Amino acid sequence: MFEATERNRRNRKVEGLFRLLFLWMTCMLILPVALILGVLIVRGGPAISWEFLFTRPINNMTAGGILPALVGTVWLVVVALIASVPVGVAAALYLSEYAPDNRLTRAINLAIINLAGVPSIVHALFGLGAFVIFFRFGTSILAASLTLAIMTLPVVIVATRESLQTVPLAFREACWNMGATRWQTIRKVVLPNSVSGILTGVILEVSRTAGETAPIMFTGAAVFMPFLPQGVLDQTMAMSLHLFVISTQVPDVPEHMPFGVALVLISLVLAMNGLSIAFRVYLRGRKKW
Amino acid sequence: MTHAADRRDLAWWIDRTMQVLVLAGGLSAIVFIAGIFLFITREGAGFVFDRFDFREFFFSPRWTPTSNHNPTYGALALIAGTASVTGLAMVVSVPFSLGAAIYIGEFATGRVRETLKVLVELLAAIPSVVWGFIGLSIMNPLIIQVFDVPVGLNVLNSGIILGLMAAPIMTTIAEDALKAVPDGYREAAEAMGATRWQVTFKVVLPAARNGLVAATLLGVGRGFGETMAVLMASGHSVNLPTSPFDSVRALTATIAAELGETAAGSDHYQALFTLGIFLFIVTFAINLAADVFVRGGRRKYRRRGRRPAASANP
Repeated sequence: MFEATERNRRNRKVEGLFRLLFLWMTCMLILPVALILGVLIVRGGPAISWEFLFTRPINNMTAGGILPALVGTVWLVVVALIASVPVGVAAALYLSEYAPDNRLTRAINLAIINLAGVPSIVHALFGLGAFVIFFRFGTSILAASLTLAIMTLPVVIVATRESLQTVPLAFREACWNMGATRWQTIRKVVLPNSVSGILTGVILEVSRTAGETAPIMFTGAAVFMPFLPQGVLDQTMAMSLHLFVISTQVPDVPEHMPFGVALVLISLVLAMNGLSIAFRVYLRGRKKW
Repeated sequence: MTHAADRRDLAWWIDRTMQVLVLAGGLSAIVFIAGIFLFITREGAGFVFDRFDFREFFFSPRWTPTSNHNPTYGALALIAGTASVTGLAMVVSVPFSLGAAIYIGEFATGRVRETLKVLVELLAAIPSVVWGFIGLSIMNPLIIQVFDVPVGLNVLNSGIILGLMAAPIMTTIAEDALKAVPDGYREAAEAMGATRWQVTFKVVLPAARNGLVAATLLGVGRGFGETMAVLMASGHSVNLPTSPFDSVRALTATIAAELGETAAGSDHYQALFTLGIFLFIVTFAINLAADVFVRGGRRKYRRRGRRPAASANP
C-alpha cells in the first residue's frame, strides 16, 4: 500500500472537521425543537387530565376543558377529508396515469405548487370571499372545511402521485395486454398496489388540517361555543384557534391551560405524522417488487 | 387498428367517464388557484380601483385604517415588517438548512440518515399556531432576560421562530437537489483523489446550485406567507424597524388581526383584501421562480448526463 502523505493526513483532518460542522448544524435544527417539546411537556403535562379533555370551558375560558375544540377539530378534519381526498386522488391519477408531457400538465403542476405556496391567510380570504359570501354557506364548518380542503389538496396529490408511480409499468402493461381498459387497469392493478401509500398521504393531510389556524379564523371557527356543533352549517371551536385565543385574547388564563392545549395539539399532529411515517417504513419493508 | 374504441360496451363507457372525471380532478388545481385570485380580487376590487394610491400604499408607513377623519393605507411599514422578519429568518436558517442538507445527503449513511430525515419531516409538521405560542411564552421571557430589553416580542423573536419553521422545507428541498446530482459526478471526482468535502464543495454544490437557490426561494416564500407565528411573536405594532429588538407588524398578521373587526365591503375590508392580492402575487412570483430554477437544474443534468453515453457509443 501507499504511505499516507502529509497532504492526505491534512485532507482527512479537514474532512473530519467539516463532517463535525455539518453534524452540528443538523443538530442545531433539531435540538431547539426537542428542547421546546420538553418545555411543553413539563409545563403543559400537569394540565392534562380526562376532565381537561372531556369537559367544556367555563368561566370565560379560564377554567374547564377543551371538549368543544377537540370535537370541532375532528369535524373540520373529517369534512375537509371528504371533500379533498376524492379530488386529490383524481388529480394524482390524472398526473400519474394519463397526463402527457405538455403545457397543460405543466400548468397543473405549477398550480399545485402554488396551492401549497400561497399564504394560509390568503386561503382564508378566498374562503371568506368564495364560500362564506359568494356561495352563502355563512361562517360554518362547511366553509372552513372546504377552505382547508383546497389548502391541503397538494399534500394528497403529491403523496398519491408518488405512491402511484412506485407501481412498476410492467404491471400495467401486463394488464393492458389482457385487453383491459385503462380504467380497469387502474381499478384492479394500480390502485390496489398503491392504496396504502395513498393512506399515508391522507394521514399526513389530517395532521396538516388539524393544525391550521388562519384559514378557519374567518370562515367557520368561533372563539367560544357553549355547545358542540350539530351539523356542517354550524360554527365550531377548534383546537388551533382555541390555543391562539386563550394565549392572546383572554385575560387571566392560568398559565398551564395554553400549555396544555398546545401539548394536546402538538401530540395529535405528531402522532398522526409518526403514524404516517411508521406506515411508510412498514410498507417499504413489505414491498413485493 | 383494433383498439378498445371499437367495442363500445359498458367497460368502454366507464373508461371514458373515469378519464373525464380524472381530468377534471387534475384541472381542479388550476381552477382553484384561478378561483383564489378571482375571489380575493372580487372582494378587493373596489379599493384597488377607487381608493388605491400607489405612492401611499408602497411608500407611506402610516397604516391607520380605523382613523375616523383620515384613514390612511400605507403598507410600507407592514412590508418592512414582513421583510425584516423574513430576512432575519433566512440569515438564521439558510446556512443551517444547507449544512443539514449536506450532512444528510452527503455524509450520513444508512440508519442515521433515515432517522435524521424523519426528524426533519416531523419538524415541518409542528403547526404555526404552536410556533407562535412558543414565541409568546418561551422565547419572549428568554429574550427579555438574555438581552435585557423591555419587550421580547420583536423581529428577533419572530425571525428565529420563522427560521426554525422554514428550515425543514429548505433542508428537504436542498437535499433533493443534492440527490439529483448524478453519482457519476461524485465518482469522477473521487477517482481523481478528491476527499468527500472536496467532492461536496467543488463538484456537488456547484452542480446543485439551481436546486439550492430554489430551496432558499421556497424558504423565503414560507416566511413571507407565514401568518399565525408572526402574528403572535412579532409584537404587532406598525413600525419601521431599525433594530432586531423593535416590534413590527407583518402583512399577513395585519389581515389576520383586523379582518374580523371590519364590516364586509368597507374600505378597510377591501384594503385588507388588497394586501391579500399583493401577498398572492408576490408568493406566486416566488414559487414560479423556484420552479424555473428547479427545472433549469434538472434539464442541465439530462443534457450533460447524455453526452458521455453518446460519445462512448458512437
